[in-house]
Amino acid sequence: MDPVLDNLDLFWSGFRNSVGFMALAAVGSVALGTVIAAFRVSPVAPLRFFGTAYVTVVRNCPLTIVLFFFAFGLPEIGINRSFYTFALVALVVYTAAFVCEALRSGINSVSAGQAEAARAIGLRFGQSMTEIVLPQAFRSAIPPLGSVLIAMCKNSAVVGVFGVSGHLMSVARQLNSGEGLPALPIYTGTAIGFLIITVPAGILLGRIERKVAIVR
Amino acid sequence: MSAEVVLYDLPGPRARRRALIGTVVVLALAAALAYVVVRRLADRGQFEAELWTPLISPTHENFVRVWELLGQGLLATLMAAALAIVASLAIGTLLGSTRILLSASPKAGLRALRLPLVGGIELFRGLPVVPATYFAYTVLPELGLDFRGWPGGNLMWYVVIGLTAYNSVVIAEILRAGVASLPRGQAEAARAIGMTEGVAMRLVLLPQAFRVMLPALISQLVVILKDTSLGYFIGYQETLWRGLRLSQNFDNPIQTLLVVGLLFIGLNYLLSLGAVRLERRLSRTMSGAVSPTV
Repeated sequence: MDPVLDNLDLFWSGFRNSVGFMALAAVGSVALGTVIAAFRVSPVAPLRFFGTAYVTVVRNCPLTIVLFFFAFGLPEIGINRSFYTFALVALVVYTAAFVCEALRSGINSVSAGQAEAARAIGLRFGQSMTEIVLPQAFRSAIPPLGSVLIAMCKNSAVVGVFGVSGHLMSVARQLNSGEGLPALPIYTGTAIGFLIITVPAGILLGRIERKVAIVR
Repeated sequence: MSAEVVLYDLPGPRARRRALIGTVVVLALAAALAYVVVRRLADRGQFEAELWTPLISPTHENFVRVWELLGQGLLATLMAAALAIVASLAIGTLLGSTRILLSASPKAGLRALRLPLVGGIELFRGLPVVPATYFAYTVLPELGLDFRGWPGGNLMWYVVIGLTAYNSVVIAEILRAGVASLPRGQAEAARAIGMTEGVAMRLVLLPQAFRVMLPALISQLVVILKDTSLGYFIGYQETLWRGLRLSQNFDNPIQTLLVVGLLFIGLNYLLSLGAVRLERRLSRTMSGAVSPTV
């Protein structure tokens, strides 16, 4: 493991950069995904259509294509940003479709009887929303939302090979193909870096899942 | 649209009017946005015929060559996807059922064996496909496992290994959840008529678990198909790789990526369509087998 230990500071900075990137992407994709989910259940037909179309297209399109579309396509029409920004936006746009579906599955899991009962006892729309429907929807949306965000962390490895420097995966490539250090220790170190993030996240999610599970 | 049923009352005249106003406003905004986008594309010459014709006009001199190359890319994508799907399903089934059988085993020694298996599954589940593929691509040749001479193209096997490492454990977990969701009576009845645990798993539990979990399995297969495009990064000449090469030639990344994206969306759509057909057929045989004849 000497090649890793000698470059521990590089790995550490790559790890920190990766975590920062993931955090930004998580915030962005939850925000955008919530908007799209609101579109999908909105009473306004064109918004619903847009939400459905967005999810269908983005979910069936590989992240790599979304990424290249932003990075190579947008400069053609005069939009130039750093690779970092393009990568972040692409990951957010991609993940938002999955966040939207997680939230929507949560809303769908609330049985219609709940909202009907709320109306029957005289709650107004806002009250039935904030007191009855959304709390339950949110609880059942947490497990799928968690898996989506963990998958997003893993997907962020793509941006490291895509040309964003300083990411865990770019550090590995720089050390292995750039400086010719042996692949086995370098990529083992990189894998450990990812596992430090994803395995505890998965365990935590399992705990939360058991805690918020609703017995119906 | 069950979501609407939960969220809203049946709209009355006022709500309908509001929704109509909302529709008009949104359509107007969408039209304005579309105008800006189209205008911008036109200003930058993105509608110039020469950017599109190699891809869409059969009379263009390069059209045949372009689609020959894209076709080779598609073939490469499909081959890697098919192999990774078959390998992931096979290994995933094996891992999933082994894990259940070990944890249910009456022998303490066998039960203890479950721990390394669970550890391995968790490990591979947390490892992203990109480092897994790079790992296969760089480390395996160092260890003397060189797949470059194997049939199917220089780099395909590394893509397949990287995809299988992750997706097989995901499929194992899906199947485990499927078996867990079955009524206890299924396993008990199988034991009662004298099946061993292994036979019960193979003949009774797994077939039902596959059926129950078909939607989740299908989305995982779509993930595999999509993730073959990660092979681009190690230089596997699949659809995206071919497309980007072509777009360098014709200087038309927007148009080419649009076509490549549509190809992937089409492929995934076909895969999901086939899955829905399969699901319908399976549920028909299942209802036929389960419903009593009285």
